[in-house]
Amino acid sequence: MTAERHIFTMLVDNEPGVLSRVVGLFSGRGFNIESLCVAETIDPKISRITLVTMANPPVIEQIEKQLNKLINVIKVRDLSGDDAVKREMALICVQARPEHRAEILRIVDIFRCKVVDVGLAHYIIEVTGTEGKLTALLNLLRPMGIKKIARTGTVALLREPN
Amino acid sequence: MDAARLEPRVPASSADPAPLLSGAQILMAALRAEGVDTIFGYPGGAVIDLYDELARSAIRHVLVRHEQGAVHAADGYARASGRTGVCLVTSGPGATNTVTGIATAYADSIPLVVITGQVPTHLIGNDAFQEVDIVGITRPCTKHNYLVARTEDLARIVREAFHVAASGRPGPVLIDLPKDVVNRRIAHAPLTDPIRLRAYRPNYRPNKNQLRKVLALVAEAQRPVIFAGGGVIRSGASAELTALARRIQSPVTGSLMGLGAFPGSDPLWLGMLGMHGTYRANMAVSHADLLIAVGVRFSDRVTGKTDAFAAQARIVHIDIDPTSIRKNVPVTIPVVGDCRLTLETVNQMMGAEAPDGLAAARRPWLDRIGEWQRAHKLAYRQGETIKPQFVVETLHRLTGGRAIVTTEVGQNQMWTAQFFHFDRPGQFITSGGLGTMGFGLPAAIGAQMAFPDQLVLDIAGDGSIQMNIQELATAVQCGLPVKVVILNNGYLGMVRQWQELFYDKRYACTRMDHQPDFVKLAEAYGALGLRATRPEEVEAVLARGLAAPGPVLMDVLVEREECVYPMVPAGAPITEMLLV
Ligand SMILES: Cc1cc2nc3c(=O)[nH]c(=O)nc-3n(C[C@H](O)[C@H](O)[C@H](O)COP(=O)(O)OP(=O)(O)OC[C@H]3O[C@@H](n4cnc5c(N)ncnc54)[C@H](O)[C@@H]3O)c2cc1C
Ligand SMILES: Cc1ncc(C[n+]2csc(CCOP(=O)(O)OP(=O)(O)O)c2C)c(N)n1
Repeated sequence: MTAERHIFTMLVDNEPGVLSRVVGLFSGRGFNIESLCVAETIDPKISRITLVTMANPPVIEQIEKQLNKLINVIKVRDLSGDDAVKREMALICVQARPEHRAEILRIVDIFRCKVVDVGLAHYIIEVTGTEGKLTALLNLLRPMGIKKIARTGTVALLREPN
Repeated sequence: MDAARLEPRVPASSADPAPLLSGAQILMAALRAEGVDTIFGYPGGAVIDLYDELARSAIRHVLVRHEQGAVHAADGYARASGRTGVCLVTSGPGATNTVTGIATAYADSIPLVVITGQVPTHLIGNDAFQEVDIVGITRPCTKHNYLVARTEDLARIVREAFHVAASGRPGPVLIDLPKDVVNRRIAHAPLTDPIRLRAYRPNYRPNKNQLRKVLALVAEAQRPVIFAGGGVIRSGASAELTALARRIQSPVTGSLMGLGAFPGSDPLWLGMLGMHGTYRANMAVSHADLLIAVGVRFSDRVTGKTDAFAAQARIVHIDIDPTSIRKNVPVTIPVVGDCRLTLETVNQMMGAEAPDGLAAARRPWLDRIGEWQRAHKLAYRQGETIKPQFVVETLHRLTGGRAIVTTEVGQNQMWTAQFFHFDRPGQFITSGGLGTMGFGLPAAIGAQMAFPDQLVLDIAGDGSIQMNIQELATAVQCGLPVKVVILNNGYLGMVRQWQELFYDKRYACTRMDHQPDFVKLAEAYGALGLRATRPEEVEAVLARGLAAPGPVLMDVLVEREECVYPMVPAGAPITEMLLV
């Protein structure tokens, strides 16, 4: 059975220890976490967790059921399909040698991202997009030398019906 | 002196002021409201105020000798009575001592509420004296747990905890109570609003469409087997299960946790399934065309090699916890629901009258099972030495099969499962999922608290009994007449068996060359000690011990190198049994 990538989004009680219940479930049962995002929703009593995992279908089924079983998890949804908007943000610190500076700015322009910090030898680029966009950008920047990178992991929301 | 005690912060009172109550008083009232009549526990600094209040309440307290014993005793109380067991212990070491007991209850889905003391909230995180993060430690082995941050939350949390522990798939819930939360006085009115747990709604009522499919499979089946587990006992579904089995003329097997769910004396009973299951149960499941699994979780001790498990059968799986379904084996018809409600609905949909010719149609299947039964009965060879199986059989006979029986873990547990035929739910109390040595004696104490007038027996190994032997003092102090029968083989027998069968008889570190004199030990505790060393003494010694008024420890010196058979080597198909 082949492993599939799944994005789970869940609403949870915004209480101490809840994140650790979710993460503990994954570590305790040997499920893997590729990325994890957590923040409060409009309702301060509720947080949203977006979690990306890789597993074969029976394990994915277990993960969803086990998440639902946690008493502080209010609602779980698998947002792996096309009916969800998915975004990720990254801050990329890239080496900016004189001969590369123009090329980097051109790439930034094409990808509609922003330079948020400039130095004599670096740019920090802020990019938001799908995972595919981030990967494509990183592939183009890699030859210039990526000094550091911070990625948020995926956040996702179900599209509203039109 | 606690600062919080000196300066109670009283909320502005309304027209009709509620009385000022301390957290301790609120807790006792909340426990009474849940119908708690017995607490198993051990005091200490962080709970001294709670104990002060407890001593003034109508709740009985059983002072154990080790906090692990408190949890197992509450667990035994819960398994025997079907009610939620309650423990109270202090912070730090008191709390950590409960962990094995909590994990034991969690593995077997037993409802418990464990209350631990905690250092005052302003000291949490400071490495205060006797501070441990027990909520963090027990997160993976509780159904849910709480740190009570405010006295105002206490009554609500207690009510939620009891609800969560006992509903759906039951399990242990821990409440960590900081000392200042216990001592603070607040204006408190009893709770009136309903429990609000928006994310917790166990699904009791099965989907009828699924049940129609089940009925269709049952109608087609030539070779059905019902497989009953702990869920049948937890949900009180024995009568419904028995009615179903008789109505569709299906033989019934059980997991270790399901023993007693179906009468062990019924002709449709196959005995236990799995690693130490009977030959006929393992063969029947392996040849069945329909397996109706009720309140089981298909543990590895049951399935052996999963690909080969019930390979010819379509599987119906009824369970209240969706995570149990399709976790270990594929299932044809999943039914999420409570065992009792589900079986009741199935029985109603089916009607009481069996179709004409059902009995005749079932004959070939039941005959085949009869052949398996005759081919390999549960058996042992009598000899010069006392056979442990003979001891269990004799206990069954002398008690008329009516005792509540707990076990320790290992061979003693398996022989009890095989040779003591349980007829009713709650009669057999054993640590199945975690396999916790030292469980049996405190669990027997708990069961005896629930049923003071019944005979409660712990069938023990000489290794396991020493893991919580101190609880003999509890039994003596509380006047609980539990009877312990040690099947003394001078080995960690079950491990020795594996070494004999799979490690060329290299008995690495399993021989107990020095054991206490159990008779003198019993006497030292103030209990009666008895010993049997030859087969002809067994009956008289057991009869005398069972009839004696107080707690008794019977040391029975059994054959040292007896093995439990049948045995399926771990991971093999369950048809590949090592037999006597
Ligand atoms: C030395 C040793 C040897 C062992 N050998 C064997 C062996 O040979 N055979 C064997 O069977 N076991 C054996 N065991 C025990 C084994 O480890 C498991 O504990 C046992 O098989 C689990 O039983 P169960 O499937 O009934 O599940 P339980 O652990 O009792 O779980 C109960 C199931 O019922 C569900 N449930 C709970 N309440 C309800 C409800 N109200 N409605 C519906 N469903 C509900 C739960 O969700 C769960 O899925 C052995 C243990 C030891 C220590
Ligand atoms: C707390 C704990 N430690 C270790 C084990 C591993 N173990 C399983 S059975 C067993 C032997 C038990 O020996 P004894 O109590 O003498 O019972 P017997 O098998 O001889 O009947 C051991 C050590 C366990 N189940 N529990």
